[in-house]
Amino acid sequence: MSWWPVIALCASAYAFKLVGLVIGARLDQEASARWSLEIVVVPVLAALIVIQTFTSGQRFVFDARTPALLVAGVLVWRKAPFVVVALSAAATAALLRLVA
Amino acid sequence: MSRDPIFRNALSIGVATAVYAVSFGVLSVAAGFSVVQTCVMSVVCFTGASQLTFVSVIAAGGGVAGALPPALLLAARNAIYAVSLKDILSGSLPKRALRAQVIVDETTAMAHAQATLAAKRRAFDLTALCLFTAWNIGTLAGALAGSGLGNPRDYGLDAVFPAVFLALLAPQLRGAEAIRAGVAGAIIALALVPIAPAGVPIIAAALAAVPVLLASSRRRARVAVGHPQEAGR
Repeated sequence: MSWWPVIALCASAYAFKLVGLVIGARLDQEASARWSLEIVVVPVLAALIVIQTFTSGQRFVFDARTPALLVAGVLVWRKAPFVVVALSAAATAALLRLVA
Repeated sequence: MSRDPIFRNALSIGVATAVYAVSFGVLSVAAGFSVVQTCVMSVVCFTGASQLTFVSVIAAGGGVAGALPPALLLAARNAIYAVSLKDILSGSLPKRALRAQVIVDETTAMAHAQATLAAKRRAFDLTALCLFTAWNIGTLAGALAGSGLGNPRDYGLDAVFPAVFLALLAPQLRGAEAIRAGVAGAIIALALVPIAPAGVPIIAAALAAVPVLLASSRRRARVAVGHPQEAGR
């Protein structure tokens, strides 16, 4: 395999990260903290959660990940430690697949 | 194990990531990349979902022209994360340029889940350290071994990441506006899944924050009009 695909992927991945920082700095100067930009992360993370749980490619899939997220949701609500949330979700999905 | 909760959480994210990194190493070598190329991708690109998609499409015979666009769409959300991290990633230009490299889902979510600015910065750096180490050691191991630890799904690891992001999102859901933005983001993303290419639904979800930003901007403007002496703050 030639190097140019590797270089193209690496350069564009870094460019996205850098462009975001530059835009963030610009917005800061122009709006001078009138906006709290952190809020942008909330819908993006929510989207990430539902996509990683309920989809596979372009299809909706309800498999062992769904009950695992439910378990995680209850534990987060009950303020369980982070590691407990992560391990319980993994155990739920792994056990359900083992049984199935 | 460490008593520092931020470091402990960062470590557990690292462990789960390492298994995916091994899979990436295996897939990448199978797709025709050398061990060195595979490791360079993980060090310099450092964008998990994007790298996995890139080598998977090439392995499936999609070619570089077919693999680059979906990989870039998955990498594009890091630009949104970078915008949101502007106050957390301050410092000298070289330091910011270095930290920019490690802006991904996990580091961003961990940073924003903390209560104070100091904790946010620490969470970003510690998560970056654990994630970068785990991702690159895992990649090397997978690339050299040529066969992985099995399918991460068998360990339920595909369920770990949504659970972890939920735990990190929860403390950010302060107030009705944030909850509305989160729900709207999830709905936008799910609505786009069947019709838009991978990566696009997650980027589009950011639009759900626009009404909140506009409302807060209007509110501040009103406050400034009502209290002219505060307008210059």
